[in-house]
Amino acid sequence: MGWFKRLKDGIQTATRNKKEAPEGLWYKCKRCKETSTMKELKENFFKCPQCNYHVRIGSEDYFGLIFDGVFEEMFMDLRSQDMLNFVDLKPYKKRLDDAYNKTGLTEAISVAKGKVNRRPLVIAAMDFSFIGGSMGSVVGQKIAMAIDHCRENRIPLLIISKTGGARMMESAFSLMQMAKTSAKLSQLAKHKIPYFSLLTDPTTGGVTASFAMLGDINFAEPEALIGFAGPRVIKETIKRDLPEDFQTSEFLLEHGFLDFIVDRKELRERISDLLSFFDV
Amino acid sequence: MVFLDFEKPLEKLYEQLEKLKQVGEEGIVDVSETVKELENKIKNTRKEIYSNLTGWQKVQLSRHPERPYTLYYIREMSRKFVELHGDRCFKDDKAIVGGLANLDGQTVMIIGHQKGVNTKMRQYRNFGMANPEGYRKALRLMKMAERFDIPVACLIDTPGAYPGIEAEERGQAEAIARNLLEMAQLKVPIVCVVIGEGASGGAIGIGLGDRVYMMENTWYSVISPESCSSILWHSWDYKEQAAEALKLTPDHMLEFGLIDDIIKEPLGGAHTAPEEMAKLLKRQIKKAISELQEMSVEDRIEARINKYAVMGVYGTAEEDSLMTEKENQ
Ligand SMILES: [Zn+2]
Repeated sequence: MGWFKRLKDGIQTATRNKKEAPEGLWYKCKRCKETSTMKELKENFFKCPQCNYHVRIGSEDYFGLIFDGVFEEMFMDLRSQDMLNFVDLKPYKKRLDDAYNKTGLTEAISVAKGKVNRRPLVIAAMDFSFIGGSMGSVVGQKIAMAIDHCRENRIPLLIISKTGGARMMESAFSLMQMAKTSAKLSQLAKHKIPYFSLLTDPTTGGVTASFAMLGDINFAEPEALIGFAGPRVIKETIKRDLPEDFQTSEFLLEHGFLDFIVDRKELRERISDLLSFFDV
Repeated sequence: MVFLDFEKPLEKLYEQLEKLKQVGEEGIVDVSETVKELENKIKNTRKEIYSNLTGWQKVQLSRHPERPYTLYYIREMSRKFVELHGDRCFKDDKAIVGGLANLDGQTVMIIGHQKGVNTKMRQYRNFGMANPEGYRKALRLMKMAERFDIPVACLIDTPGAYPGIEAEERGQAEAIARNLLEMAQLKVPIVCVVIGEGASGGAIGIGLGDRVYMMENTWYSVISPESCSSILWHSWDYKEQAAEALKLTPDHMLEFGLIDDIIKEPLGGAHTAPEEMAKLLKRQIKKAISELQEMSVEDRIEARINKYAVMGVYGTAEEDSLMTEKENQ
């Protein structure tokens, strides 16, 4: 399976424009509206230096934050196809082209292999900027291939979810990726390879209802939106207001669906600690 | 009888037939020949209408108020049936039912979404929209079946998993995800049949199996046409277009390799001859189970996972750039 190999020095030397994090000199916080410099924001793990709001970042940023500098991207050759000739207000093909151009990414998920404090780890990280981080055939296939790679080489897997759910433009193919990724994860569990699921803002729909909830350890960044149905749909269905902290990381922790919440500053060390407990 | 909008020509013919029969009952004129002619005409009109249904029309048929639901099929198919309730954690979900059934001597754990047959019951069944405890009840029954080497059949008919505050609190997503993981490794045969609506995660939450079938007038999709219209077209008015775009009919699903076969329905839909439909359903479930029982547990699980592993269509970067070149020429 000829996958692309590319070595580089992590975040500082990213060759493509692959960041979801804001560009430019200044950052104005979405929450507290305070302004800080981009340099301050980056040094603070892409969190607002004033209020600790975790800014949405992309797969490459996570690879840079978690891996020991060097990592190798995998399965970069896969591309989505418009097998249904899906047209709504915009043809799916056009949506894909726009996404390629806007994000510099090739899909809503990127997979990379590297080390965390010298322990090997495969990370599959989703990008919300690519068609809402939606899961179609390629996202499912990349996860399946990452699982196979982890199984064959006995390497733990971390999936970082950031998604609106399944990709409508691939209809039932997208739906079946829920079954596909879950079935593949069941094989990983059988081989006693740990799977860590990190849920970030936002994680909803068919992704939450498949691999995102199936970690041996499920954890989330603070204040992320996590749920099955979107808050708007629920509000329209029940016709009343939703509780204040509804569908936040803190809400999920309280109801027993997360093992812990981790500040992005401690993310790398926490993953390193987890890896140290599992003898793969 | 309830007629759908595209069945209007039939409604007129049935009205004529009724009138004609009344005349016949008066006994003054012999109408038997004309009745026969009219009945033939009804049959042909029905054939014509049904030979070319659109995606949206199939969606309408799948929701036909007289369409049989899970409990009807179970009772019609089985000599004995004991319904089993509750998830042993929180409560008994009324939108998913299940229990042990005897199909001509073969014990089967049958689980399915259940819709209500009248206004009151529709509320009681929450319109076939399950909460997490429904999926957990389903899993409890599957795990019990596994312990006693009893095959599982799942009947799918839901407009979606329920989107509510309590459903989220109790982990709707976790319940569906857990079922997918466990069903992938279940040691007994699993046969799934879409008998009505196959909407998204709520459907696939009991839908991973060795064999997946769809009845002829049903649909299976990542989202309902209405919601798809609302999100992608920013309006509720494009449900017909959405239904076409989603390619959600059994024919498409079979062509895509996402289901294993289509179960033909009596002409005019399952509701026009429910007993016959139940027979056809039973035949298909029994046939699948006996085929699957021939396999070893390991082979069956491996085949099941491999079946899902190949689902998906994608290309490579090279193919993509070749296509672009071609288009630009
Ligand atoms: Zn702030």
